[in-house]
Amino acid sequence: MKKTYLFLFAVLLLISCNEDNKKDPQFYPITFKFTQNWDGTDFTATNFGQYDYTNLHGETLSITKLRYLISKIILTRTNGETVEIPGYHLVDVSDASTLIFNPDVMVLEGDFNKISFVYGFNEEDNQDGAYQDLNAANWNWPSQLGGGYHFMQLEGKYLDASGAPQPFAYHNGTAKVSEGVFEQNYVSFNFNTDYSINQTGEIEIKMNIAEWFKNPNTWDLNTFNVTLMPNYQAQKMMQENASTVFSIGEITAFNEE
Amino acid sequence: MKKIVVFCFVALSVFSCSKSGEENTNEAYIPTTVNLEIPTIFQQFLPAPIIPANNPLTQEGIDLGRKLFFDPILSGDGTLSCAGCHIQNNSFTDPRQFSVGIDGSVGTRNSMPIFNVAWNINQKFFWDGRAHSLEDQALDPVENPIEMNNTWDNAVSSLQATSHYPELFKKAFGTSTITKNLVVKAIAQFERTLISGNAPFDRYLMGDTNAVSQSVINGFNVFMDPDKGDCFHCHGSDANPLWTDNIFHNNGLDETFTDKGLGNVTGDPLDFGKFKSPSLRNLAYTAPYMHDGRFETLDEVINHYSEGLVYSETIDPLMKFVAQGGSHLTPEEKTDLKAFLLSLSEDGFTTNPNFQNPN
Ligand code: HEC
Ligand code: HEC
Repeated sequence: MKKTYLFLFAVLLLISCNEDNKKDPQFYPITFKFTQNWDGTDFTATNFGQYDYTNLHGETLSITKLRYLISKIILTRTNGETVEIPGYHLVDVSDASTLIFNPDVMVLEGDFNKISFVYGFNEEDNQDGAYQDLNAANWNWPSQLGGGYHFMQLEGKYLDASGAPQPFAYHNGTAKVSEGVFEQNYVSFNFNTDYSINQTGEIEIKMNIAEWFKNPNTWDLNTFNVTLMPNYQAQKMMQENASTVFSIGEITAFNEE
Repeated sequence: MKKIVVFCFVALSVFSCSKSGEENTNEAYIPTTVNLEIPTIFQQFLPAPIIPANNPLTQEGIDLGRKLFFDPILSGDGTLSCAGCHIQNNSFTDPRQFSVGIDGSVGTRNSMPIFNVAWNINQKFFWDGRAHSLEDQALDPVENPIEMNNTWDNAVSSLQATSHYPELFKKAFGTSTITKNLVVKAIAQFERTLISGNAPFDRYLMGDTNAVSQSVINGFNVFMDPDKGDCFHCHGSDANPLWTDNIFHNNGLDETFTDKGLGNVTGDPLDFGKFKSPSLRNLAYTAPYMHDGRFETLDEVINHYSEGLVYSETIDPLMKFVAQGGSHLTPEEKTDLKAFLLSLSEDGFTTNPNFQNPN
């Protein structure tokens, strides 16, 4: 009797070994990691409240809040097929747990050459009150200003000409053209980069905060500081400046065998 | 072979049937599960209420919690219950600026209303967020020297010595051995049933256009306008019916702090003077206002935001007109804003018979 069991066990082992060698295509979980920096220097919650930053225009500033929304992440395979990552993700730099996004999806292994995502929500997704977790997080954008959700809240204080701290609230979302007329204001990003998914791994999405004040519009905090939400010009300048803010950082653990 | 399998299957199902039947009639007693009645506007806009897996709501647990909440037996001298400082008529807060403990001692913070606590998404309780669950919170007042000034050992033995409580704990939790953890579990269950989501402005948002006046609607626009009230950034909106962000801010009350608020808990100077944004529901019953109850009326609160803001290092950037003292609302805007705030008060909440003293 014992011998039979041993035999069976051995056979089973053999079978499973065989299967390993044959390597059926596998599915892997994927993680996105959000990091922030100021022109290459890491920015984390420990940097809040420090007047350590000077924007291109020359204002010294400190940041006290940074929250932003990323949606519609799509991974494109070398054969052109796409993997759409379900859901959206709200990053709150004060809450380390939000710097990691573990979407509810398993990705079939293979070779990829593109990553794309939307900063904010596109028009189709940016529906008033549609996302319960974002409502509870008080992330809504007033319907009086076009509704939907904030894309970003970057807040802090800058030093004015006399050196006195003044508040700024760089909030981005739908742009209001005039009473009842609104214009979408999100940005789609496409990054060409070669990577393979053949084990659990992590894709880093980087934000260079300094770029919000740089490119193409040199941001003057003395002029554009608070009440920017209903300010069409400010909203469009934010959208333009967003284009150089994000990049893909490290893609880790993937290529190791 | 097939026959044997079929037989086995039948035998198994018979066996499992008889087993579950037994359970219901005697032995493992299971208290009655309760699902919260969630207001329609919450169902539409909010995530599910937060109920800890180790403290599911049951009718017996809620009933027991309610009894305990109103029972002065928990206090050192048997004179003060939770309800002594959390009064239903006042939306479960205290109309006095500072509550009075059993020894006549007076604290430095205004009591807090209790409602919609299962939607406190960050699960940080008290003005300074120092408690991390409702259960955790309820451990505090019993031993707090300026409140109920008891020891838990003493409170638990008083309960154990009564003729009725051991039996009620058995019904709620399957054991007549009372512990402080079971006491706070029961109280937390009751508190989670204190839901308020049917004020006139809720009815307006759910389609009843006659539920509020034009002044209320104008006031709502002042509340939402970034140039005027700009209140929505911290106090909710038509899509966040909690009417709070449950986050901590310094809203420009003081130049220096006698109470550091969140800063007391984190030790971080950036948190000095920050307090949890209160919900704006039921303000009609919750005066006085702010963590120290400094304002007796909503007019004073509105005047604070309109022209009374003072600068301190940690002031929230959203108190953006601080250099001018505030956004300088017109008298009409103030009247409308107040009318709007009051439209978030639900009179049915303060008179709900399910929340009254059962003892
Ligand atoms: C002597 C008056 C007093 C008594 C008695 C009292 N409380 Fe309180 N309660 C307060 C005060 C004051 C606060 C705010 C204290 C603070 O923030 O430091 C508070 C805060 C709370 C909160 C926090 C609400 C929130 O949204 O964060 C809850 C819940 C609460 N009490 C429940 C209870 C329970 C349960 C009991 C009985 C076990 C009780 N209280 C007894 C005065 C009292
Ligand atoms: C930056 C966030 C923020 C903004 C914006 C804000 N508040 Fe507050 N509000 C708070 C905080 C925090 C408190 C509690 C402060 C304390 O007690 O120290 C508070 C307290 C209140 C209270 C007292 C409630 C109570 O139960 O004691 C009322 C009423 C209120 N705010 C109304 C408003 C109105 C109206 C506006 C717009 C004009 C507004 N708030 C804007 C954060 C904010």
